[in-house]
Amino acid sequence: MRIQFKTSYDHDIRLFPDRHSLIVYGALILLALVLPFLINEFYIGEVTNVLIWAIAGLGLMLLTGQTGQASLGHAAFLAIGCYTNTILIEQGLPFLLAFPLAGVITGVVGAIIAIPALRLHGIYLAIATIALSILADDIIVLLEPWTGGVSGKFPDVIRVFGMEIERWTMPVRFYYLVLAVAVMCTLFYRNILRSPLGRAFDAVRDSEVSATAMGVHIARTKATAFGLSCMITGWAGALMGYYAGAFNNETFSLVISITLLMMIVIGGLGSIHGAFFGAVVVAFLPQGLSILKDSVLGSGVAIPGLETGVFGMILILFILFEPMGLYGRWLKIRIWFELFPFARKDMFRRQKSYLKTERLR
Amino acid sequence: MDGVQLLVSGLANGCVYGLIALGFVLIYKATEAVNFAQGDFMMLGAFVTLGLTNAEYLHLPFWIAAPLAILIMAFFGYLLDLLILRHLFGQSQTAVVILTIALGFVIRFVAGVIWGHEPQTLESPLAFGDVSLGGVVLGMADVAVIVVTVLLTWSLYQFFQRTKLGLAMQAASQNQMAAYFMGIPVKRVQGLIWGLSGATAAVAGILFASKGAIDPNAGLLGIKAFAAAVIGGFGSLPGALAGGLIVGVIEPFAARYLAAGYSQIAPYALLLAVLVFRPHGLFSQVRTKKV
Repeated sequence: MRIQFKTSYDHDIRLFPDRHSLIVYGALILLALVLPFLINEFYIGEVTNVLIWAIAGLGLMLLTGQTGQASLGHAAFLAIGCYTNTILIEQGLPFLLAFPLAGVITGVVGAIIAIPALRLHGIYLAIATIALSILADDIIVLLEPWTGGVSGKFPDVIRVFGMEIERWTMPVRFYYLVLAVAVMCTLFYRNILRSPLGRAFDAVRDSEVSATAMGVHIARTKATAFGLSCMITGWAGALMGYYAGAFNNETFSLVISITLLMMIVIGGLGSIHGAFFGAVVVAFLPQGLSILKDSVLGSGVAIPGLETGVFGMILILFILFEPMGLYGRWLKIRIWFELFPFARKDMFRRQKSYLKTERLR
Repeated sequence: MDGVQLLVSGLANGCVYGLIALGFVLIYKATEAVNFAQGDFMMLGAFVTLGLTNAEYLHLPFWIAAPLAILIMAFFGYLLDLLILRHLFGQSQTAVVILTIALGFVIRFVAGVIWGHEPQTLESPLAFGDVSLGGVVLGMADVAVIVVTVLLTWSLYQFFQRTKLGLAMQAASQNQMAAYFMGIPVKRVQGLIWGLSGATAAVAGILFASKGAIDPNAGLLGIKAFAAAVIGGFGSLPGALAGGLIVGVIEPFAARYLAAGYSQIAPYALLLAVLVFRPHGLFSQVRTKKV
């Protein structure tokens, strides 16, 4: 059993709460660095996929998990990041400039879109973002001179300091690139949480009225959350473009938006771990299902819609029985062992809130 | 005459959107949650009717099958609330949103397994024959859709305004705790409203299937109905119908008079415009509380 003995207020906002977690995360980074020497290139590709989904998940988590605004339109921002990056590189910008810029532009676009959306509460924001996700498809077709329309685009080979990085021929290099972005995004996310802005996000999520009373500017905080969330999502989108090798108007569909939202719910809302856990589920579920199907029904039997159906069922079970997601379950198991034999069942019981109308304000 | 023809076919389509939107509004009015699976409810209702009516399945007469399907869907809605949604009592609305999206996936999958993914047509007595009115040709199905929709909207509106149960439902949505103290069985009322919205979805499904072929992805129509509900104002039944008609009428006209790429955008662009300028819809229910 670990005991955190806090002797100063700085302990509350340390990057690593104690030496134990420093060691654990250090070991994790080390493992990620030596992973290409341990497993073959196919699996490196899969791990890369997980990391890209995790980055996208971090983006949405900042908005949904931290600030409490559900967005069903983040595929549109993946698309903006992806197209911006490719177009900037086509204009002759080096990757090291184009890639961060793609994220920033996505973030700015996101914040601009968010401003009208901010007046909207809960479900209305979700609705506006659904419309956005549907519109993105058509707008990409309409902007054919830039986006290539239905025939799509093929991202160029990445060149960093004279070194070429490509997803198919050099998966290990691409893996390190994605890993670097993932680590940076995680640190960025973690540091936001340590700042006053992160506290403001949590306050807005938990109660807008109390947040206002504490001097938090609701609209500005939400717009910032939307912008930062879109920025991270934009980077993930650019990486997704490289990973896929080709993309067009249908790559970033509403289904991707929904998958992203479901992913962070399964992972566990409001935690960095949740984005990574959810990404593992989303990336490996299709393969796992097809292996299971082949072993039960024999290969060659196709069941259309099986993936989304099973995904939906898993999600329903999670919302009913483990609303805190995989990370919540992990936390409960860990605490049970740490406190053994003093863990009690009601330690994670949540306060129930009873519905009051939003139509009377 | 061309314009009138477009208008009438748009109205008929709009009524189907309106019917699905009614389902959204019912749930929202009584629980302030949004059922993103309403379109899939509609699809399921259509397939249940098809399964009862068509020759290769049960082959019941249509006029027995249709009420039976409505009953089955009402029961399905009630059961859904009893088994799943009631356990979310006290959780955030986002949880309900995500849950119903997931439910939509599952319903689509199950319907695909049972009835296959090929488009099928309902053997409906409404599907045959045309009516000619002063040069405008109307399908029987279109007429039926318009009549049934208007009747259903009117009776649901009366139900919410006049009956004890309807008022109880509104009360339960405005303040669960207070409604409970007033002796309203909040949980059972919510179950009933889910049943009611299931029945509405079945009606929408039967009418939709009479107008053309259905397949498990027909539920995606729900997104357009969703736009309709928002344009009309989420808490208002006549608003839902009006929103449905607006979306339904805009579509054929946009397809006719706008360039190819722009016509699909029209309903959603309108949706965004409404959200920006009148966030709570054209028939807004939001009032500022007087203190």
